[in-house]
Amino acid sequence: MLGYLLKRLIQMILVLWVVSVIVFLMMSFTGDPVFMVVPIDATDSEIAQARRLLGLDQSLPVQYWKFLSSIVQGDFGRSYVFRQPAMTLILERLPATVEMVLVAMGLAVLVAIPLGVYAGANPNGRLSRTIMAGSLLGISLPGFWVGMVLIYLFAVHWGIFPSSGRGDTGEIFGLRISLLTLDGWHHIALPAITLSLGTMAILLRMTRAGMMEVSRQDFMKFARAKGVPRKDVLYGHGLKNALIPVVTIFGLQLGDLIAFATITETIFSWPGMGKLLIDSIYRADRPVIVVYLMLVALIFVVINFIVDLVYTLIDPRISLK
Amino acid sequence: MAQESETPLLAVRDLRTWFHTFSGVVKAVNGVSFEIGEGEVMGLVGESGGGKSVIGFSVLGLIDSPGRIEGGEILFDGEDLAQAGEERLRHIRGRHISMVFQDPMTSLNPLHTVGRQMDEVLRLHTDLGAAERRKACIDMLESVGISRAAERLKAYPHQFSGGMRQRVVIAIALLAGPRLIIADEPTTALDVTIQSQILKLMRRQIAEKGASMILITHDLAVVSEMADHITVLYCGKVVERGRTRDLIESPAHPYTRGLIDSIPDPAARHDRLRQIPGSVPDIRALPKGCNFRERCPRAQALCAETEPDLTKQHRSLWAACHFPLVPGDVQ
Ligand SMILES: Nc1ncnc2c1ncn2[C@@H]1O[C@H](COP(=O)(O)OP(=O)(O)OP(=O)(O)O)[C@@H](O)[C@H]1O
Ligand code: SF4
Ligand SMILES: [Mg+2]
Repeated sequence: MLGYLLKRLIQMILVLWVVSVIVFLMMSFTGDPVFMVVPIDATDSEIAQARRLLGLDQSLPVQYWKFLSSIVQGDFGRSYVFRQPAMTLILERLPATVEMVLVAMGLAVLVAIPLGVYAGANPNGRLSRTIMAGSLLGISLPGFWVGMVLIYLFAVHWGIFPSSGRGDTGEIFGLRISLLTLDGWHHIALPAITLSLGTMAILLRMTRAGMMEVSRQDFMKFARAKGVPRKDVLYGHGLKNALIPVVTIFGLQLGDLIAFATITETIFSWPGMGKLLIDSIYRADRPVIVVYLMLVALIFVVINFIVDLVYTLIDPRISLK
Repeated sequence: MAQESETPLLAVRDLRTWFHTFSGVVKAVNGVSFEIGEGEVMGLVGESGGGKSVIGFSVLGLIDSPGRIEGGEILFDGEDLAQAGEERLRHIRGRHISMVFQDPMTSLNPLHTVGRQMDEVLRLHTDLGAAERRKACIDMLESVGISRAAERLKAYPHQFSGGMRQRVVIAIALLAGPRLIIADEPTTALDVTIQSQILKLMRRQIAEKGASMILITHDLAVVSEMADHITVLYCGKVVERGRTRDLIESPAHPYTRGLIDSIPDPAARHDRLRQIPGSVPDIRALPKGCNFRERCPRAQALCAETEPDLTKQHRSLWAACHFPLVPGDVQ
């Protein structure tokens, strides 16, 4: 177990290192950030001065070495735009994104699993066909369109939900969380629903496919032959056996939504990381983009690790190696 | 007491279970009747596709769409299970009638411990407390020949060999003390030495508990050792039935004769195995007349015209044949 953890840790560090190289190279070859910091009418000597200050006058390997040693110490530099540590900027906005994504994922699971189990257990029923048709819609409708329709219907037309912003937040461990206030829930509803639809549809289809496969297995019939009620056969015996691919997709989607909730955040003016990313790309705010990319890589690596752990909880035949 | 033995434990009357598939109606079981008394073992034999498993699943109400019990009665202790609702059936399954499946490698849930899968039966069908259930599970595992039972409860199916898994399955089937056990080819997937161990185990357990058993197999040698009665199926119909001894010694139906002749005889090694020629016809498009006609050495013109009914033959036998064998006949 300890050996396994060590191995995984080394693996994660390796991945993050590779990402750091890619991020660094990408940054070096795209645009010259020095123009973001100097005034428009700066003289050549002022520009050279700024270059020196930013360390841009050195050779690539030296720059990379500096870059690496500072990020290892947690120093990602200051945002050129906000003149604050880039890390702080991102971390301030991380909770907003994460909580919206978690609500979206929770919603997706809550809807997708029961419907997927039902559709998998009754593949030919009319309700199942309706569910599957609905899930196709969920996959194919673009998020921005859904978001706009929801805003039009629920915010503009009926006025039951606010159309933008985060609303009141409560504080816990120094983090500002919407989910602690009613107003926060009120605000998070529409963006979370918008964000969840695609994932919901994918999870539903994965669950259904898994359940259809599992339903054919002998042990399901044997469970029924023992007198186990149908619902327990499906959820107690079947679902767990169908879960591995669902968990895999869940992990990927979770990372994906945290990393790329940008569109939804923009539509709903949700003050999360995604919006900051868009702004930063726009202004070539290099340190912020770097933190963002490294953080996203870290999140994926960690989620991947947790997913692997969850596999072993689900299936005793899978061991940590 | 005498009264009781008059009503059989299970009486299946004119059972018809059909599957409505895209390529036509599969009349997998089409007018099957048989009876099993208390404490009796009935062998259900026939080639692959004869409808043996479908009969077993029909008794337990485990036929899924596109299949349906189209008609007939399944009288268990006088109650017609063909008419029973799902709730009632659920109560009977595992408690009064239980089943052992053909493939022990696939009949246990790979993600639940053996203990949990055993406990489930007792939880569903008894009022025992957790400690008592655990004790019952351990006792049962030991009685099917699994040592270190308490420890094994925590194990998962993949940690057991095929033979051990089938013992677990049998233990599960016996746990709630059912009156009827349907064993669907319980040893086909196992190697020969394990086969006979498992069969002995089942016979002993059944006798100890006074339970009845339907032993489904395509292996006449196996049933002839275990069963009191034998029912022979062909294309979803009973072609012959009777006491084991009568049926094995001098069957009346040419199909049964064929099955017996194809039992490999270890004593007569030089004698080439006689297989029944031809193969089972497509059940969706059965020929007119006797279903066995194309493979039957005794077939005559009449056999192509009308389908024979089950009629009384010599000794305890009933057979569906226009030109049945009589004792002394050599086919
Ligand atoms: N779910 C189903 N859908 C369609 N046809 C089916 C289904 N289940 C069984 N059948 C058909 O019913 C017939 C009888 O099948 P059954 O499994 O009872 O045979 P069997 O005697 O048990 O054979 P085996 O020795 O191979 O187990 C076969 O022709 C089979 O194709
Ligand atoms: S009825 Fe005719 S074809 Fe059928 S088994 Fe008897 S002799 Fe053979
Ligand atoms: Mg079968």
